[in-house]
Amino acid sequence: MLRFLVKRTGLAVVTLFIVSGIVFFMTSILPGDQARQLLGREASAESVKLWRIENGFNRPLVVQYFSWISKVLRGDLGMSLQYDLPVSEILAPAASKSAQLAIVALIIIVPVSILGGVVAAMNRDKLADRLITVGGLSATVIPEFVWSVILILIFGVAFRIFPISAFPSEEDADLLIRVYHLILPSIALLLVLFGYISRITRAGVIEALDSDYMRTAVLKGHTKRAAVFRHVLRNALLPTIAVIATQVPYLVGGLIAIERVFNYPGFGSVLLAAVTAKDFSLLQTAVLLTGVVIVCFQLLSDVLFALLNPRIRQRVAE
Amino acid sequence: MNDSTQSTPKGTVAQERIAVLRKNKAFVVGSSILIFWIICAIFGKLIARYEIDQMDFEATYAAPSGKYWFGTDGLGQDIYSRVIIGSRLIILIAFSATALGTAVGASIGLIAGYLKGTFDMILMRILEAISAIPVIIVALLAIAAVGGSSTIITILIIGFIFAPNVARTIRAAVLAEAEYEYVAAAKLRSEKTSHILFKEILPNVMPTLIVEFTVRLGYAIFAVATLSFLGAGVEAGSPDWGTQVADTWSLIFSNTYWPTLFPAIAIASLAVSINLISDGLLEVFEL
Repeated sequence: MLRFLVKRTGLAVVTLFIVSGIVFFMTSILPGDQARQLLGREASAESVKLWRIENGFNRPLVVQYFSWISKVLRGDLGMSLQYDLPVSEILAPAASKSAQLAIVALIIIVPVSILGGVVAAMNRDKLADRLITVGGLSATVIPEFVWSVILILIFGVAFRIFPISAFPSEEDADLLIRVYHLILPSIALLLVLFGYISRITRAGVIEALDSDYMRTAVLKGHTKRAAVFRHVLRNALLPTIAVIATQVPYLVGGLIAIERVFNYPGFGSVLLAAVTAKDFSLLQTAVLLTGVVIVCFQLLSDVLFALLNPRIRQRVAE
Repeated sequence: MNDSTQSTPKGTVAQERIAVLRKNKAFVVGSSILIFWIICAIFGKLIARYEIDQMDFEATYAAPSGKYWFGTDGLGQDIYSRVIIGSRLIILIAFSATALGTAVGASIGLIAGYLKGTFDMILMRILEAISAIPVIIVALLAIAAVGGSSTIITILIIGFIFAPNVARTIRAAVLAEAEYEYVAAAKLRSEKTSHILFKEILPNVMPTLIVEFTVRLGYAIFAVATLSFLGAGVEAGSPDWGTQVADTWSLIFSNTYWPTLFPAIAIASLAVSINLISDGLLEVFEL
């Protein structure tokens, strides 16, 4: 297991280095001049040149890259051109807001999706199963912003059950009110992620239902439902959790549109503002940070899979 | 594969698959919706009731009525007509981007799966790195770097972001195919590598490729709609569903829902139709 861990972590570090390279060179090689963006169209060629020298943009790209990445590794994320503030001071509060939203969302998504998968598996090929699998997967392909708008229309405007903004207007709203504001955006995320997660749970439960230990449990006098909750779920749960970790990129990607519709000052909002303002120092770090979070979750899910299945562990370690 | 011996059973397999598809309710519903939107994209002018930029200042934000089926927007433009014509851009961008991504990705996947070794290893690391960033975020980064959005840029960006995913799927399929005798036989006949890849292996991974294409098409619809909602997919002012939602969604708070709701439903119906199609294909190809 240790061999596997070392090797898998090493691969994750390599992946992150490639991610940082892609992010850096994409913003540097593609046309579009940062200096012009910042100084305005009327800026003289002389002042543009001066700005480029002052900010080190006249050096070879590879040198620029290594100077950037070594600063990032030392925790110096640079200054945001747009706000004239350290990038970390902008990203940290925004990332924490997005994390709060993601946590509330996961607290809703995980049990609901697992329950959906169990119900589908226990009614295999019946109407409930078809509804959950076909409906769930259809919901998955509809963009988050479409769901957000429809949810606001139904629950925020027509029925006024939930607030239309994800952020309470009072400064020091207590935890319950803050969570209450996050429920509607979480449901938008639920609709996009439910299909995948419930499908994995369904497959796991069906496999377990057909197994010998299930037959033993029923022979021992358990009802089917009790047996599912006592034995099957325990076995179906871990692969489900591992799959949820692989869904994190979709969750992060979805935050941008959702935060925009629900007017939530999170990571996605900062990223979108940086795109609009062409604030590349902020943008590079924000995208790299996204990569770090996602690679960590992929690592986590691979480790979970390996814990579950020694054969995977063997294959990677070799 | 040798055609003379294989053509007869191949023909019946195709017929059998079509017969199965016709009985698959999800597939039939999905392809009907898709065909409807493709007809709108091509012959939209005939189906629309007004010119898309025809303004009626007597009737701004008019609710749906007999005159304006889906109501009008703030400029008095007919929303029904704009939704019909709006299918054009999203379908054009999504299909082109997916075709590009599938062509590039399938070529890379074929080569990587067949050659294996160092080339394959390096390639897989790069592909893994690209897929570590959500599609929308890479696209936004690229659009910011290029310094503006247009139809062509969106097609190129989404195409190249999708290529790694296609490559990975095809690579796995090729790795499995390479074990079969027909590949070894072709090698013994000392066929060129390009012949083995594109004439021998490619036809056999075609089912995988077709399903992958439809799955990616669904993601492309998702991505194009989201990008144009975020103001980064198409030129501003184009008749486009995502842009329409972006321009009007804040009105839903004052109960002016029609400028937003109809394009939103259009996006959802197109996305779901493609999902139903790929679901049906998956079942038929037994992948």
